Amino acid sequence: MINTREIMETIKMISEEHLDVRTVTMGISLLSCAGSDIDTVCERIYDKITHQAENLVKTAKSIETEFGIPIINKRISVTPAALVCEAIKDSDSFVKVAKALDRAAKTTGVDFIGGFSALVHKGATCGDNLLIDSIPEALASTDKLCASVNVGTTKAGLNMDAVKKMGEVIKKAAELTKDKDGFGCAKLVVFCNAVEDNPFMAGAFHGVGEPDCVINVGVSGPGVVKCALEKVRGADFGTVADTIKNTAFKVTRMGQLVAQEASRRLGVPFGIVDLSLAPTPAVGDSVAYILEEMGLEQCGTHGTTAALALLNDAVKKGGVMATSYVGGLSGAFIPVSEDAGMIAAAKAGVLSLDKLEAMTCVCSVGLDMICIPGDTSAETISAIIADEAAIGMINNKTTAVRVIPAPGKKVGDIVEFGGLLGTGPVMAVNQKSSADFIARGGRIPAPIHSLRN
Amino acid sequence: MRAIITVVGKDRVGIIAEVSRILSENQVNILDISQTIMQDMFTMIMLVDVSVAKVAFSELSDALDALGKSMGLSIRIQHEDLFHSMHRI
Repeated sequence: MINTREIMETIKMISEEHLDVRTVTMGISLLSCAGSDIDTVCERIYDKITHQAENLVKTAKSIETEFGIPIINKRISVTPAALVCEAIKDSDSFVKVAKALDRAAKTTGVDFIGGFSALVHKGATCGDNLLIDSIPEALASTDKLCASVNVGTTKAGLNMDAVKKMGEVIKKAAELTKDKDGFGCAKLVVFCNAVEDNPFMAGAFHGVGEPDCVINVGVSGPGVVKCALEKVRGADFGTVADTIKNTAFKVTRMGQLVAQEASRRLGVPFGIVDLSLAPTPAVGDSVAYILEEMGLEQCGTHGTTAALALLNDAVKKGGVMATSYVGGLSGAFIPVSEDAGMIAAAKAGVLSLDKLEAMTCVCSVGLDMICIPGDTSAETISAIIADEAAIGMINNKTTAVRVIPAPGKKVGDIVEFGGLLGTGPVMAVNQKSSADFIARGGRIPAPIHSLRN
Repeated sequence: MRAIITVVGKDRVGIIAEVSRILSENQVNILDISQTIMQDMFTMIMLVDVSVAKVAFSELSDALDALGKSMGLSIRIQHEDLFHSMHRI
């Protein structure tokens, strides 16, 4: 029998340190739903999702009860809709597809559905362009739908026409949801090097290299890491790294167990566990607090990037042996509005957009859930995307931008999203224009180190 | 299936009796039991077999939770595999 100390350690992690499984995400291929008649395509999409994911929420809830582990979100990711709907010829029809996906999400009872997506890193097809044009309307007229667009890869370089367009799309999405402070933008991610098996929103989609249906799991646990580090205050960095690795191992083993159980009970193959540290706005569940526990007065000061680099690497090293298949984004997330410590640091003016950009070089993903002034120009947003995508392209990693130009809001104002999406202080952007740079268009060629063959 | 029941709270007369009553009423067999005081808290751990239980796991969990609330204790029942997977390679 497992000893008392070990049992009580697990109980404490769950009851006091916010240990949870962030998401069980079912990936569903919609390639079989393709067609040229919009109503037929919508019907096929709705039927396939509601059939495949019929028992997803019920099964996840029973695992929650039996193992006593909270599973915060149940989600669905689908094949990028631009691929499924390539034969459809107008952007109004894409909004119908968005609504069909949203309806399917509501019927199955999941929290989010992702995959209203287009992959345009080298160029856009007619369907890709129509889907991208329809994103603002699609997000404004649905509740659970998430959209993403991949504008670059290390292999292909950056599609700067798409980067330009996404700045405009984000502005329009904010405008169409201005009654909710631009909430539509919280469900839209612009990627470089997007991955095909990501269980996290808003960027989840089911890649074309994936099987018909798959279960991916994203773990969480910033609170557990923070509490573990409290016990080694003042120790050297080797001890800090070891402590994080040990904790990440345990957290990931729990994710692996949940993934295997969900896969077995649903009769769907197990895909990957995403070795992630995903914060929530709850006090004590913050990635920023971990960095501060390492000895920084507040997240955002000098040393933050180094602390995050250590954390991100140790999480992966600890988690990798705990699961049979690693995938997704795997690393620490730094979504500003979803992390109590980041919110406080941004409010205090200690954490700036520039520092966040530096931090994205060493951790999972990118500029995430950042509110910027409502009067930020589309070109400036495009330039923010270009910078972030360049980091991803050159460093061979996934980067993303999810910014919310909150209509009518100015630097220092607060935007309330509620729930997991939290509260965002509006952060300053650089006031000098990038318009002529963005207006050039075309492609930034792939870097020399992409030539690996 | 085997599960671990943990009871944490202020010590008092009749904790084991009350937990055991619910288990026996529901045909849940106790395989192992240990109790200790950790940081001034009464801590009891039971390994039980629920494979022939008369009720669904969720009902048993609810019954134990309700008992815990009525006695001012925290009582949980969790699948044994959780602890094995976290603490054993």
